[in-house]
Amino acid sequence: MTDNNAVVAQFEIRYHQFLTKEGVLVQPLPEPLDNNPTLWKEMYYHLVRNRMFDEKAIKLQRTGQMSTYPSTEGQEAIAVGVGMAMHREDVLVPYYRECGAHLVRGVKMDEMFMYWGGDERGSLYEQIPNDFPYCVPIATQCLHAAGVAAAFKYKQEKRAAVSFIGDGGTSKGDFYEAMNVAGVWHLPVVFLINNNQWAISVPISQQTACKTLAQKGIAAGLSAEQVDGDDIFAVYHATHLALDRARQGKGAHVIEAITYRMGDHTTADDASRYRDNEAVQKHRDECPILRLRKFMESQNVWNAADESALIEKIAADIEAAVTRYQQLTPCPVTDMFDYLYETLPDALQEQRDEVIAYFGDRS
Amino acid sequence: MSAITLVEAVNQALAHELARDENVVLLGEDIGMNGGVFRATAGLQARFGSKRVIDTPLAETMLGGLGVGMATQGLRPVVEIQFMGFIYPAMDHIVNHASRMRNRTRGRLTCPMVIRTPYGAGIRAPEHHSESTESMFTHIPGLRVVVPSSPFRAYGLLLAAIRDPDPVIFLEPSRIYRLIKQEVPDNGEALPLDTCFVLKEGTDVTLVSWGAMMHETLQVAQQLENDGISAEVIDVATLKPLDMDTILQSVSKTGRCVVIHEAARTSGFGAEIAAELGEKAWDVLKAPVLRVTGFDTIVPLYRKEMQYLPSVERIRDTVDAVLVYERIV
Repeated sequence: MTDNNAVVAQFEIRYHQFLTKEGVLVQPLPEPLDNNPTLWKEMYYHLVRNRMFDEKAIKLQRTGQMSTYPSTEGQEAIAVGVGMAMHREDVLVPYYRECGAHLVRGVKMDEMFMYWGGDERGSLYEQIPNDFPYCVPIATQCLHAAGVAAAFKYKQEKRAAVSFIGDGGTSKGDFYEAMNVAGVWHLPVVFLINNNQWAISVPISQQTACKTLAQKGIAAGLSAEQVDGDDIFAVYHATHLALDRARQGKGAHVIEAITYRMGDHTTADDASRYRDNEAVQKHRDECPILRLRKFMESQNVWNAADESALIEKIAADIEAAVTRYQQLTPCPVTDMFDYLYETLPDALQEQRDEVIAYFGDRS
Repeated sequence: MSAITLVEAVNQALAHELARDENVVLLGEDIGMNGGVFRATAGLQARFGSKRVIDTPLAETMLGGLGVGMATQGLRPVVEIQFMGFIYPAMDHIVNHASRMRNRTRGRLTCPMVIRTPYGAGIRAPEHHSESTESMFTHIPGLRVVVPSSPFRAYGLLLAAIRDPDPVIFLEPSRIYRLIKQEVPDNGEALPLDTCFVLKEGTDVTLVSWGAMMHETLQVAQQLENDGISAEVIDVATLKPLDMDTILQSVSKTGRCVVIHEAARTSGFGAEIAAELGEKAWDVLKAPVLRVTGFDTIVPLYRKEMQYLPSVERIRDTVDAVLVYERIV
């Protein structure tokens, strides 16, 4: 007997959280997070460094020493959690906001300053040469991550790719096309949606009728889940498991991390034009840094002295990076020709000579 | 060795590179079991397996983006876009990523990928299957744009494109896929990129063209020969970067030049060649550089497409027009 009205597909999206905004565990921590103060402190270091780097970057922009910069304030747990869950041989394919992940993976702070400060050498990433540079065209990076993952699969390497995307980006076709091919080819890739509620001025309520962004992955045949994006344990754990599965050939996965964009979209934006400051303030106490600190204090593994020592060390590191950035020797103007093709085509020689005639061949 | 068509030469080149380099992978819609809608990949999946000759989901943006991702990891993806009219969803990846990756990472990540696509009118195809929009790509720094006009050059140029360390848009003129046959030895010898080919030497006028229009251009050159006029014929082959030296050398000899292309006239690549000649050959030109091109219209549906394409007659009339000028000193 056939049921002519059978339910042929059903799905559910689970939401995961370990740490409340009060810094209280709501469920036991899994391995390797459980009873691991060393790991907690490492996370805390990266979170605080991300926040302080961000503050310095904005100051450099406001004082004319750097151009447009996208703040990550309040969203650090996503970048740091993902960055820490990745293996070194995995490949990060970012968009333009998750500087914390780059920093965790070894990109130097002065390289980050250089990128936003108008110098292509900021994408050299000497410490992690397979990671992708920032990606400005929305959602395109998802397909690059799928391509990277396809290359890993082709070469039978146990590596995975991670792509970040914002909530607005999930409205773009590239995102669907990337998930679709990742699903049908069982690619080792994880799509991490940073749902910070705002795509510049457009709130998530105007972005989609979907109840969750994670469920968009279900349509492509991927597994998908939601996590508290301000809970670094939840972000880390979900990413860690998803990457393990991906490297074992068990396919692609979508994680939607819920957070809130505390700052403007970028330094070129003024969010007060389109959103109420009260709503922003409401999210202040969700702070991912504060909640990890409260948790560590409750576990008696962190105190005020640790805090001030950490801040002092990071501040010194950032100042050193700023100094290196400020003392940077300019790259030759001819670099704009010399990295266009592997070998300079004859057709470009005349234009290259022209730029030298006007600006010299040094800087 | 038997003679083969242009599309068979494409197939021969793809097979050669698949056999030579295990990093070469083919991606596209219907390129596997079906062998491609024009048969360019016929038999390749059977020979090299579905891991190397991959039928992808039907999504051109995806083809562009996947190619970029794979190329950065040391593979050499050769992407087939089924018709040039369907390449536009991939433009974002071609323009914003493939062409820029080397420069924006200062050589750290590169994009050695080829995007092949049949293009051009004259095959009685449905709407969107007949356009020639090569100049949308020649405008983009960081790309190579290559167009073969014979089986021999299709083979040699495609080998070169696949081996090139930078992204190449490889445009295959579908009207001449099966027009002529040539003996093309499968010897793995690439032809040089960034180089124009002088197909016929002459002294009175230089005819410059590429792709399918080479054939009408050569017919006109033959007519002229019969009428006692010596035409030099240049196949541009690599539109970008352009080998202007070969064209300048020829024009300095003939003093006259006609550029022939089937793409629409305004901002067509002929304008670039004419402008270069205006800047660098004004002192040797005996006549204005004229263009014979497709009209600035939508390519008509197939009942009128041959009237859209530059004809032998239109080319001849234009050549006759440049021949009547005498330089006023």
